[in-house]
Amino acid sequence: MTTTSTTAPRPSTSAAPRREKETGGALNVFSHAFLVLWVILAAGPLIWVALTAFRPSAEILSDPMGWPSSFHWENFSNAWNKANIGQYTLNSLIILAGSLTGTMLLGSMAAYVIARFTFPGNRVIFMLFAGGMMFPVILALVPLFAVMENFGLLDTRPGLMIAYIAYSLPFTTFFLTSFFRTLPTGVQEAAMVDGASHTRTFFQIMLPMAKPGLVSIGIFNFLGQWNQYLLPLLLNNEDEKSYVLPQGLASLAVSQGYRGDWGALFAGLTIAMVPVLVVYAVFQRQVQAGLTAGAIK
Amino acid sequence: MPPRFTPERVRYDRRYRTLDKYRFIVGFLAVPLAFYALFVISPFLQAIYYSFTDWSGGPVANFIGFDNYRKMWNDDRFWDSLRVSTLLLVVAPVVTLVLGMFFAYMITSGGRHRRGRAIAGVAGSSLYKVVYFFPQVLSVAIIAVVWGRVFNTNSGLINGGLDKIGINGPAWLGGDETLGLISLLIVISWSFVGFYVVLFSAAMGSVPQDIYEAALLDGAGRARTFFSVTLPLIWDAVRTGWIYMGIQALDTFAICLVMVPPHVLKVTPVFLYERFRDGQYGYATSIGVVLLVLSMAFSLIVMRVGNRDRIEY
Repeated sequence: MTTTSTTAPRPSTSAAPRREKETGGALNVFSHAFLVLWVILAAGPLIWVALTAFRPSAEILSDPMGWPSSFHWENFSNAWNKANIGQYTLNSLIILAGSLTGTMLLGSMAAYVIARFTFPGNRVIFMLFAGGMMFPVILALVPLFAVMENFGLLDTRPGLMIAYIAYSLPFTTFFLTSFFRTLPTGVQEAAMVDGASHTRTFFQIMLPMAKPGLVSIGIFNFLGQWNQYLLPLLLNNEDEKSYVLPQGLASLAVSQGYRGDWGALFAGLTIAMVPVLVVYAVFQRQVQAGLTAGAIK
Repeated sequence: MPPRFTPERVRYDRRYRTLDKYRFIVGFLAVPLAFYALFVISPFLQAIYYSFTDWSGGPVANFIGFDNYRKMWNDDRFWDSLRVSTLLLVVAPVVTLVLGMFFAYMITSGGRHRRGRAIAGVAGSSLYKVVYFFPQVLSVAIIAVVWGRVFNTNSGLINGGLDKIGINGPAWLGGDETLGLISLLIVISWSFVGFYVVLFSAAMGSVPQDIYEAALLDGAGRARTFFSVTLPLIWDAVRTGWIYMGIQALDTFAICLVMVPPHVLKVTPVFLYERFRDGQYGYATSIGVVLLVLSMAFSLIVMRVGNRDRIEY
């Protein structure tokens, strides 16, 4: 397929840019307007939620588009205490502390072995992990529920952590395997010659060298696990007090319909969104790189 | 024995080193593999087996052949859900990818002769890229709750805005299937556009500048440059994105479950989840198998349709 005729540039170069301006004018305005419009569309609902979080419930219902007439901070304390957002946040943090540590540790261990050692079954294990990225999780849901029940892990924190870890392993291992492969072999050999054990080489030499890769995949897993909804809905649905944040907010959206405290719901949503967006704004380059790499394997 | 307890002369023996290596490999792989096999691989394999049984969660699961699939064939609610899911599978990637590509093109190549280059991003392009990506970092459950409020008939953002200009907005999620579907499509596209902007921007960014310069010299306008230069050169990314977005649309679960009332419409994963809640475990897994087959078929078709000559540059 011929893409461009790069060979013979025409001599009439002065005409081209001028014509560009003429045709570009109207299109330009339209395109720019559309870019700006999408900024409003992308951020609008989120800003609306944050503003509405300061309004009393009655006002929200009568005039949804209005500005806060006065700031009702009690929506936030209501959300945090009465609507259990504090509890949900704590649950999410506890689960994440365990699952993220576990994912990173187990994922990098497996990846290191697969990337740096030759042994029978190496390829098979790698393919096994890589293959796991392609299946829809929803297919595994029902049997997973039964497996968890059999192990007595249903509706427990360790159970949820293990599920998060297991479902994060395919991509984490896949990503880190290719990362460990790129690291120079010399350092590893030098450590071995100096008498370091394999384990010591891994923890003291290779892991620190893999830091950039660990950070990208760490952010990827942080967001993925913090935002998880499907697994908690299935495996952690018994006691409302044990809900994680997205799960808690989804159930809050239903229950506020009965209780009528919409201010608390909007405040809860704001509490859940703002920290994630702040983390993203700070690390946006790494987040974008990590998430796009995460999807396009 | 670990190296530090092993006598000096044995430690450097070749057989000992091999043994030590394998002990390390097994030690490092055991736990991750066990987790993975128990909680990911085994449920997948079991799902395929259970789809042929009448399992209802108890210890007994009788093999019933294709009965679940037959039941599915005759289940109108399943076909309703599949119709919605297939529509999303076809429409969502087109809408999302076209928008994503347009924004990415504007961001990477919309400005001409800026910064002394033939083609550069429009002013403020880095800001656009940051803001467009917002939805990607939020939980789908939270997105669903937020949009549930935005679409709310009486106290939602959209109808509240329409009220101000004197229009009585429709009940978006209230009962009309078409409006429900449009709402679902809006939310899916809204949440993924930013992702494709970033993805396509990266692909477009790697197209060499001199190709653009040549195109510009030849007098190609924006549209022409896009269709003759950019699109063919980033085709691989487009095809991958197409497959990925299709599977995402087919997997739409949380948004539909949380946002759309079940009597309006449901996608197939939600239908599956409801069967699971009813205790029809065998039936639910067979629906999952159909979803798996569908997503594989979709990927193959897109691979085929989207197969073009690779352009090396």
